[in-house]
Amino acid sequence: MNLPVIIKFVIDLLAVLLLALGIKGLSKVKSARDANRLAAFAMSLSVVGLLSYYLGTSGIAIQAWIWIIIGSIIGSLFGAILAKKVPMTSMPETVALFNGCGGMSSLLVALGVAIFPISSGQENFDFFKSLINEVSISVSIFVGAITFTGSIVAMAKLQGWLSTPGWTQSKVRHFVNIVFAVASLIAFFDLINGNTSSIWLLVIVSSLLGIGVTLPIGGADMPVVISLLNSYSGIAAAAAGFVVDSQLLIVAGAMVGAAGLILTQVMCKGMNRSLVSVLFGGSLSAQSTASSGSGEYTNITSCSVEECALTLEAANKVIIVPGYGLAVAQAQHTLREVTKKLEQSGIEVVYAIHPVAGRMPGHMNVLLAEADVPYEQLKEMDVVNPDFPATDVVLVLGANDVVNPQAKNDSSSPLYGMPVLDVQEARTVFVIKRGMSAGYSGIKNDLFDLPNTSMVFGDAKKVLNDLIGELKDLGVGEK
Amino acid sequence: MSFISLLWVLLLGSLLGLELIGKVPPTLHTPLMSGANAISGITMLAALTLIVKAEGNVPLLIIGSVSLGFALFNVVGGFFVTDRMLAMFSRKPSNKK
Repeated sequence: MNLPVIIKFVIDLLAVLLLALGIKGLSKVKSARDANRLAAFAMSLSVVGLLSYYLGTSGIAIQAWIWIIIGSIIGSLFGAILAKKVPMTSMPETVALFNGCGGMSSLLVALGVAIFPISSGQENFDFFKSLINEVSISVSIFVGAITFTGSIVAMAKLQGWLSTPGWTQSKVRHFVNIVFAVASLIAFFDLINGNTSSIWLLVIVSSLLGIGVTLPIGGADMPVVISLLNSYSGIAAAAAGFVVDSQLLIVAGAMVGAAGLILTQVMCKGMNRSLVSVLFGGSLSAQSTASSGSGEYTNITSCSVEECALTLEAANKVIIVPGYGLAVAQAQHTLREVTKKLEQSGIEVVYAIHPVAGRMPGHMNVLLAEADVPYEQLKEMDVVNPDFPATDVVLVLGANDVVNPQAKNDSSSPLYGMPVLDVQEARTVFVIKRGMSAGYSGIKNDLFDLPNTSMVFGDAKKVLNDLIGELKDLGVGEK
Repeated sequence: MSFISLLWVLLLGSLLGLELIGKVPPTLHTPLMSGANAISGITMLAALTLIVKAEGNVPLLIIGSVSLGFALFNVVGGFFVTDRMLAMFSRKPSNKK
């Protein structure tokens, strides 16, 4: 072993250690920010390690430097700009987009190696070795392509650029996807048999498979898909590691792949969905329209902002249930104003966060943190559920399915079994909502019919602004 | 590096990943996903290798460079956006228990 090899070995080892510590630290609130920086540092370290290795051995041509710099500057610049500009509400789409690009990168590496085999130093042809090479190239292309197209479709659906086409809800889609899968398998074997041109077939059909698998998946299940695709991008990176013979890539890719799978599992549990039903069950709304979509509301009580303010003034304990609608209305800051007033007059306020509030688990926490809501006021579902009977007022803002008592009471409901917040146990529930439209699942919400529920119709931000005015008139929050 | 030892690396790396994410508070699901996502951009090393070993083959240089761009878009964007999210959690003094 010569010096550059040893240096690279040490740096790689250090990078792996730091990346592992980074992932570990990211799962604790206190250490998360430092852990993220640590992981970023480990990544830059690994680049330095690789470049210094090549400088010390084969050298790096000027031409190569130019292309390295062009690629780096363009990629980093766009990444940094997007990361700075994107609003917090669009976080799931952003993660999907970044993820897709990671997959694309692995795909391109494998494609490049496949079309122009790089000299690996030792020229002795070995059947076993070339077989492994072809397999890892195929896996890298297959997973990379699925990650890319799947993520782009996920992003487009979350952005509302794409809706779920009707045919994807029928059984036809299984047939179509099986055709794509079989075609990729054929391309794969053809490739191993030495037919290099079938690599293009593999690229095309695995891209189509990524689209075909993601397109039928409905809104609420999207976060699970993004998490799964995140795991895939790790697998794609590990496969690329086999292509270029890099242990660091394999370790890091495998870590991300495995961690992504665990996270996916956690999310599925939060929604009471199995991974299989998310991937193959189609969207929830399509199944439910037939069964319980016909329910009519019979006992809606609507009330004014003024009444709502009066009830709030008299309360001792208030629980806020925020949903994605709140974030869309950009009302989290206004909400914070309201709760500040309540707190100032001695009313206890907590926020009940359902595991899938927002568009992604943990998304709502980020949005509320953006509005300066103290972290301790955010209560997880299991912690807050026993508190509802002792609560005077619950404010439901832009949340719907997560407060539907059907999930507990009605075994015929598609929501049945999903963990929900037991808001109906509280003395009074105010639901602030634009109209009577159904939630993500498209299912009627029995909560709205209950006698202790009052609807306050209007845009969340406007209602909250009015509420601030009313509370001011009542002298709430004046010290 | 022999194929078998690379497989060992794959296996141990996967086990490590499974072990690292034990109990994650829901608050951190989004940042964790986006942080892990940034790490998957490690494939930038493969893109670098491709460029260095291209030996003047221009199409390969271009593929490598585009691949590097995509990977760095993933890495830089991912880490920045994760930092932005986490900054919101740690901003308040009341957060320190």
